[in-house]
Amino acid sequence: MAEASYPEDLKYHPEHDWARIDGDQATFGITWFAQDALGEVVFYEPPEVGTEVRKDSSYAEVESVKAVSDVYAPLSGEVTEVNEALSDSPEKINSDPYDEGWMVKVKLADPSEADDLMDAAAYRKLLEESD
Amino acid sequence: MEAGTLRRTPLFDAHREAGAKLVDFAGWEMPVQYEGIREEHLAVRESCGVFDVSHMGEIETEGPGAADLLQHLLSNDVSKIEVGGAQYSCLCQEDGGVLDDLFTYRLAEDRYLTVTNASNHERDLEWFQAHAQDHDAEVRDRLADYAMLAVQGPRAREIVGGLADGELPDRFHTVELELDGAAALVCGTGYTGEDGVEVLLASDAAPGLWKALLEAGATPAGLGARDTLRLEVSYCLYGNDLTTERTPIEANLGWCVKEDTGFVGSEACRRVRDEGPEELLAPFVITGAGIPRQGNPILAGGEPAGEVTSGTMSPSLEVGIGMGYMRSDVAEPGTEIEIDVRGKSRAAEVRKAPLYSKDG
Repeated sequence: MAEASYPEDLKYHPEHDWARIDGDQATFGITWFAQDALGEVVFYEPPEVGTEVRKDSSYAEVESVKAVSDVYAPLSGEVTEVNEALSDSPEKINSDPYDEGWMVKVKLADPSEADDLMDAAAYRKLLEESD
Repeated sequence: MEAGTLRRTPLFDAHREAGAKLVDFAGWEMPVQYEGIREEHLAVRESCGVFDVSHMGEIETEGPGAADLLQHLLSNDVSKIEVGGAQYSCLCQEDGGVLDDLFTYRLAEDRYLTVTNASNHERDLEWFQAHAQDHDAEVRDRLADYAMLAVQGPRAREIVGGLADGELPDRFHTVELELDGAAALVCGTGYTGEDGVEVLLASDAAPGLWKALLEAGATPAGLGARDTLRLEVSYCLYGNDLTTERTPIEANLGWCVKEDTGFVGSEACRRVRDEGPEELLAPFVITGAGIPRQGNPILAGGEPAGEVTSGTMSPSLEVGIGMGYMRSDVAEPGTEIEIDVRGKSRAAEVRKAPLYSKDG
């Protein structure tokens, strides 16, 4: 998508990752800012189902033609589902970072970790300040 | 280097207007991409792209001893360049290590113009000047006088030809023409594997020609696409694939090394050629998933065999491609190798250059 957007229903991590939380389940992906900074994504390999991810740690990489970037887990848990479609169409991370470009679904180890994350307004403020 | 001290080309405003993403490249604030590397890459392969390469330097060598001086410095046989001709060569240290790779154009009987890489320009200039003392030739820095545009792709000649007041030069030749009313040195050279020209002209005339080229259908293309294009056709990039630590023989550039001319570094090159280099620069493709990157270890049969010097995702071939220095026995086309990409082993195969060609 051409225009920056940060949906209100998501929680944001300072490494430019988002989480859509539903009870003790969550979906993760990278933000509009992250995909824009990276440029066209040409390669993404999902982690395996069952992988333990830890809050603030990298669980995957996305690559553009020129650069490699780590994808950080905004919350801890176990991967229950991965977006296999991205292996063939990594450009969906650019065109639709919050919907078709989702990366993993995770069963959360400690849903209260979400208290550390930012809402959309706080994340937008972080982007403005680092501009 | 601080952002405020970066140098800018005469086309800086045009790049910003076109929505370029600008980066520090060898001390210059240069466009890495406009719309996107893939699109710009494919525009050059299928139609026509225009690159601002005004950061590249120019050294003019003039005088009765100009040819002798260049023959003494450059690895190729400079006596073979006719007036209006162009030639690729390496500039070497005494030990054969590569100081730069360059195109030299013969503008007149005793006047030559050599195009340098931005990162090496000052060092090249000092090297030329230090050696000029023994020759009856004057060496001039022309970097600030020239802008340089590379117009590349199957439609490049048609687009540039439409703005020219005469015939464009053949491949590896150069002609002085007016383009869109501005005096220009038009050269039948490039760095993309496509047909096209490179144009040297006065800095203040560059924005006008840039605009005319875009209006005639050329797509602005950045350094990102320039890198993927050159890597697909296995052209070396100084700083990645060429360094002072390697001779041109190891870089597989032996074809432009004429030891019999006695150039600086020729003895070292002859020794490496006669003994056979321990390592050779060779291109490869990833046969499965993954993108190789500079610095990744190369393995053969599980044993360390070399290191990747350039790597990317090829927009035309849609696989990971690269080149690297590897043990000479491994550098044979067809050899199966593995690239260690941040801890993951990726299957790859050494190939013959170029990796991409029009005929597939």
